[in-house]
Order: sequence, then C-alpha cells, then structure tokens
Amino acid sequence: MEERIPAVAMRDITKRFGPVVANDNCWLNIYRGEILALLGENGSGKTTLMNMLSGVYFPDEGTIAIDGKHVVIRSPKDAFALGIGMIHQHFKLVDVLTAAENIVLGLPGKLDLKAATAKIREICDTYQFDVDPNQKIYDMSVSQKQTVEIVKVLYRGADILILDEPTAVLTPQETDKLFAVLRNMRNDGKAIVIITHKMHEVEALSDRVAVLRHGQFVGDMLTKNTNAQEMTNMMVGHPVVLNIKRPEPVNPKPRIEVKGLTVRSMDGFLKLEDVSFTANSGEILGIAGISGCGQKELLEAIAGLQPVEAGSISYVNDNGEREELLGKDPLSIQSMGVALSFVPEDRLGMGLVANMDLADNMMLRSFRRGKSLFTDRHSPHKLAENVVHDLDVQTPSVETPVRRLSGGNVQKVLVGREIAEAPKVLLTAYAVRGLDINSSYTIYDLINEQKAAGVAVIYVGEDLDVLLELADRILVLCGGKVSGIIPGRGAKKRDVGLMMTKLGGVGE
Amino acid sequence: MIQISKRGSLSRGKALIIRAVGLLLGILLCSLITVIVTGQNPTEVFATIFKGSFGSNRKTWIFLQNTAVLLMISLAVTPAFRMRCWNLGAEGQVLAGAMATTACMYLLAGKVSNATAIICMLFSAMVAGAVWAGIPAFFKARFNTNETLFTLMMNYVAMQIVSFFCVKWENPKGSGQMGIINQKTQFGWLPQVGNRYLLVIILAVVLTLFMFFYLNSTKHGFELTVVGESERTARYVGIKVERVIIRTMLLSGLICGLTGFLLVGGINHNVSSEIAGGQGFTAVMVSWLAKFNPIIMVLFSALLIFLGAGAKELATGLGLNQSFGEMLTAILIFFIIGSEFFINYKISFHKKEREVK
Repeated sequence: MEERIPAVAMRDITKRFGPVVANDNCWLNIYRGEILALLGENGSGKTTLMNMLSGVYFPDEGTIAIDGKHVVIRSPKDAFALGIGMIHQHFKLVDVLTAAENIVLGLPGKLDLKAATAKIREICDTYQFDVDPNQKIYDMSVSQKQTVEIVKVLYRGADILILDEPTAVLTPQETDKLFAVLRNMRNDGKAIVIITHKMHEVEALSDRVAVLRHGQFVGDMLTKNTNAQEMTNMMVGHPVVLNIKRPEPVNPKPRIEVKGLTVRSMDGFLKLEDVSFTANSGEILGIAGISGCGQKELLEAIAGLQPVEAGSISYVNDNGEREELLGKDPLSIQSMGVALSFVPEDRLGMGLVANMDLADNMMLRSFRRGKSLFTDRHSPHKLAENVVHDLDVQTPSVETPVRRLSGGNVQKVLVGREIAEAPKVLLTAYAVRGLDINSSYTIYDLINEQKAAGVAVIYVGEDLDVLLELADRILVLCGGKVSGIIPGRGAKKRDVGLMMTKLGGVGE
Repeated sequence: MIQISKRGSLSRGKALIIRAVGLLLGILLCSLITVIVTGQNPTEVFATIFKGSFGSNRKTWIFLQNTAVLLMISLAVTPAFRMRCWNLGAEGQVLAGAMATTACMYLLAGKVSNATAIICMLFSAMVAGAVWAGIPAFFKARFNTNETLFTLMMNYVAMQIVSFFCVKWENPKGSGQMGIINQKTQFGWLPQVGNRYLLVIILAVVLTLFMFFYLNSTKHGFELTVVGESERTARYVGIKVERVIIRTMLLSGLICGLTGFLLVGGINHNVSSEIAGGQGFTAVMVSWLAKFNPIIMVLFSALLIFLGAGAKELATGLGLNQSFGEMLTAILIFFIIGSEFFINYKISFHKKEREVK
C-alpha cells in the first residue's frame, strides 16, 4: 500500500523560531481515504508542522508535494487553492454573523448568500452535519461552532483536512458525533489529519498514526497493528507506565462546605444555581461537566474572585471551627490556605505573567511578605530553582520568561508554585489541558501527593476517562446545577456523560 | 521570495550594533539630503546642529536644563505606561501644575513669606497635577473608560483654563498675556542652586534614580507591572487592581505637577498654554524609545533635546529654515525606531525552490 501516491508528502522540513528548532528534518505522508492521527508530546512540533502545510508558517528548509507535485505554500490562500484546510484549536469566527456569512467571508466573487446557503445545506446532508446556515454564531454551542469551521473548509473545496485537538472542548456524545462525520468524510476519499493527546480517541478513530518527537519524525504505522502503550513509548522515547494511582483517602474530614451557591455572570445569566457539596480533606473531588457549565465560576467563588448572589461557602479548619469565605477578599482567602491553580484556555491568562521570568512569577504569591517597601527577590529565586529541580521543568534558566516555556512546563511552574504554599485546599481546573501524557502523569502524581498530605483537592477536568480514574468522588455539573455526586470508584463514563447533558442523568 | 520571521532573542551586543548601524545610516541619509537640497556642506550642517547644544557655556546649561525637564515628564508618564495605561495627558497635567503655581504666586503675593509661598506652590502644583491625572484614573478604574481619550481631552481643558487666566490676570493690561510674574519683587521665584539651571537638573537626577528603584525594586512597582501584564493574574494573586491604577496615575500626575511648578517657579516665571510646549507628547516617545527604563530615558531625552536645539541653530546660524532641521530630526528618529524592527525580526531571502526528484 506504500506505493500509493500520498496526498501530501512533506520532506526534510525544518523550521526554527530563533534558537528553538520546532521541526528538524521532519517528514510525513498523508493519504486519501485515511484518517491519520498525529501524535507527539507538547512541543514536539505537530502544530508547527501542520501550520506549514496550511500556510501559516513557511518552512526554513524542505519540500512539500501534493499528489506527487512539488508545491510552495506561502499563505493560507495558497493552501486553500491546493485543497488544504485546517481547523484550529481556537475558532476563527465572527460572532455576530450567521454560519453562512462566516463561511463565505473573504471569498472572492459576488456575494450570493442564497446559493451559498444551498451549497452549505448540500454539504451538511452529504456528511450528516447538524448546522443551521442562518443561525448566528453567538447562539451556538462550542460543538456547533466547530462544525461551522469544518463546513467552512469543506465549502472552500478542501479535501485535505487538518484538525488540531478537535475534541478538547467536546462532551463524549459530541465527540462521537464528530467522529461519525469524520468517518463519513474519510469514506468519501478525503485525507484527514487529527492532532490529539487522547489515546483512546486515536484507537477509536484513526487508520494510521504518525509519531513526532522533539520535532523529528519517529515513525508511522497502522493503528490496528499498535496499541496505546507502544504509541506512548514512541512519543516519549522510553517505556512509560500508563496508569493513574488512586490511593484510598486518608481520614477524610469536611474542609469546604458549599451551600446553596448561586452565581450570576456580569450580563445577568445564571452561571451556578443552588450548588451544595462538601469537599473533604485527603480526598480528590472531581468536577465534571461540559465546558462553561459553571466550573470556572465555582472555583472562582471559592477563591473569592467571583461575586456571589446567594449561598454560603465555609472553610472548616482542623479543629472543626468554621469560617465563612464569602465576603473575604482573595488575599485573605489565600492566607487561610486555599490555593487556586487555574489553567484557563489561554494557559497564561491567569495565575502567571507570560513576560516575567520564573522567579518573578514565584514572587506573585510572596511579594507582599514583610513590612519593607522593597521586594525580596532572593527567596522567590530559590523557590523557582526548587520547583525547576523537583518537577523537572525544562527551562534554560529561572530568568527565562514563562512565555518561552512549552505548555507542560508552564503548568508545572503554576502548580509547583501553588503547592509550595502548602495549601489546605487545592483548586485546580484543567490542570492537564493540552498536556502530553508524560507531563499529565507528572501532574496527576503531584495531585495525589497533595491528597496523601491531607489536602482537600477539587479537580476540574475535561477528560472524563482521567476523572473516572483519579477522583474519589465526582460532582457532575449540568447548566450550573448539581446533576449528581457519585463515587469515583465504579462510575461509568456513559452515566457521567448523560448526567452532564441532563440533570440527574437518565434514571435506571 | 522575502520572508520575515521573528527572532527568538538577540544578544545585547548585536542589538547595539544594529542600533548603531541604524543611526549611522540615518546620519548618512541626512547628509545626502542636505547636500542635494541645500548644497551646504553636511559636516558644516552637523557642526551647526552640534553648536545648538554645545556652542557656548550657556547653551550647554540650557541643553541640560531642557533635557532635565523632558526627562522629568518622561519619568512621570512611565509608571502608567508600565501598567499599560496610556496616559497621554502629561501636557495637561504639567499645565495644571503650572497654573496652580501661578495662582499661588499671583494671589499670595505680599501676603505671606516667600518660603511659605514656595511650599504652597509646590504642594498645590502637585495636587493639581495629581487631580488632573486622577479624574481619568478614577473613571478607568471604576467604569473601565478609555484612558487614552480621556487624558487627551483633559489636555485641552487645561489649556483653556490657562488661557482664561492669562487674560484675566493679564499684565500689562491689554496684552492678553501674563508676562513675568512678580518681576519686581521676585516673589515666589525659586532660589538658585549654584546657577539658575542646576536645581532642575539635580531634581531630575534624583527623580530618575527614584523611578528606577520604584519600578524595579518596590512592591508598588511589582504590582503595577503585574497589572500591566495581566489584569486577571493581578486579581487572582490578590492585587487590588483599581487601587493600583489610581495610585499609579496619581504618581504620574504628581510628577507632572512638580514639573509644572519648576517651569513656572524656577525657569520661566510666567505662564501660557504653550508652557509645556508639546513635551507631554515628546515624553511619550522618550518613554517608549527607552522601553520604560528610566536610565535609558536620560539618553533619549538628551538626544531629542539635542536634535531640537540643533534644528533651531540651523535656522538661525546657517540661514536654513527651521523646518529643515526638524526634517533631519524626523529622519534620525525614523531610523532609530526602524532599527527596533530589525532587532525583533529577521529577514531572509529564499532562492527559487529546487525541483524535487
């Protein structure tokens, strides 16, 4: 089968960003009628490689051939002309326009929305897309927006599609729907590349996998001839143990009690409604839910960053004395030992300052200490060195701006700093978002260590498989309400998925 | 094809070389234009420019004094800029300080001792500058209004107020100008230190050091840097963002007010809506060129004052139009700013791609 002419043949591609080599003599074949999973750790150059194919970057060295013909892709326009379309992690849609308007936006020729709408309907029917061309983008769910992005590239005649971590924002049900559509497109003879970190997705969907490591091509093989363990070992370069530990909670006692918490967003939408639960010390409470169901608001309310409409949040100390957290400012809540390590969509948006170096980022927590007018730069520097050493952060030095680090290392810095505060309560959201397997497991270990030390951990996660393996109890949010709290041991993915989309799930 | 790509980082030495080459090319182009347009010998033109600042002892002192004034205003806008708060109202804040000083000199004349008057002038000037910056700061902190427009508009309000009082308190009658305030009594004039220029220069040096340490080594400085980099992160670590915005803008206004006080009480002894002379805007450029580093600002203030004085000297000394000098200044600044592009980006040229086999 290797005699087929690849739809895309990338050869000896090298791309440097300053001193950083993102791709190093990388090569890759993409075939029609196949779904290729592109695997690799963070910073292994997957996205960069695909960006060169879609015209975002231009390779420093190397060649690209489409259907055996050598091409030069200078811009996304060139890529489109060659039938290459990329669906990025962050959607590029205009909120106030309809799906159809977004799809034809920027195309040359006369604007004929009616004809365009008809053509969009046709595409939707062919591949079983569920999208209304006349719906405005701001009315759409994340999954619908993603569908619009896919239809957009199909409308422009793409037959080589690249999807960058498409499932990161989807529920299990939506993921299944997306996969069905992708299979339809594959059967139609299109070439599809998906970048993902989730092994079970690779196994469920792809026909072939290609693995990158440190910007270099390691190898490719048919998915049916390999398994998660082998793929992970290839990605990391040495054997890795793939299981998440879940030690029994040690002497759990109530630590945070939330009662009837109701939160409204700035524009008046109900984000949390009558949420009640208890988080115990020495236990991991997992929070599951479709993204944007109030997880962020919940953690921010506990940390004192979110105005609350009604309810109470009490902190119970070791002697059983309770203290109300509502009405306290973030600083005094922190000083009680409630630490928040929040990893938002853009990773650096909260908790860290991208342009500051590691030491200064450590200082964010501690700079107020002491009466002196001047900042103490010595101890943060030392802390930074400790975090780098203990968590094996890959960085040239502690004087390197955080923005130069790869995603996994940024997260280690953030989590490392929060843990260094020796918190009583650790709130983490999306701690492993976009992280490769190796870094993810480091973070899970860190969280488990905290649990063993008696910390009450509240863990908001988006990968249900991980949540089911890691959490002692799982609280499922649905539209800002508690859909249910179930023990993590023995919980079924299907049930949790249903609870995420429907209050209380489906009674059985 | 030509490809532009971002550089990762560049060593200081290399960056310095790029800047030097940029400046050299700028000077070269200036000479070329001078020869073509005026037929003058470029070395003579540059010598004249040089004479503008260093032609005589007095010129050197004036050069230093003007540099000090521009430097002070640049230092004033810098903490706000570090916080990504685009305070374009330095002009108005200086005017507010100048006006407050003038009012004290005019109204208190003969009523209190000289020393009391000077203390009143200093205090009211700093308060006036701070109020002028504080109003937009309050609205930004409270309602998230756009500080750029707000501070800009405050400039015009200040100008009109100064113009109004210039006419109201005109001297001599009918001139529509204030003239020299308390010329006979020298009431409220700041005492001279060494000579009539030195006071401002010393203050500017002190302020530069203060600002350097304030921004880099104090908790306040750290807070405002964090707010500038990421407001969300600032809130998250418990920094009271509104308070930092107002506090920083007040500091900006305070220093501007102080500069206004020095301009009226120490240097000019009169007031007009032109007293800040657009330096509130030049300061923006100085602050940016120096990347908000107070020490580097000394260099850029000096450079801009040097070029400005040179342009004037060209107009009088060589009989060339002053605009010609300003043109040369603009070319040099263009090259200075242009070299930043080459420091941040790398340009590479690709030959036509080879055929694949």
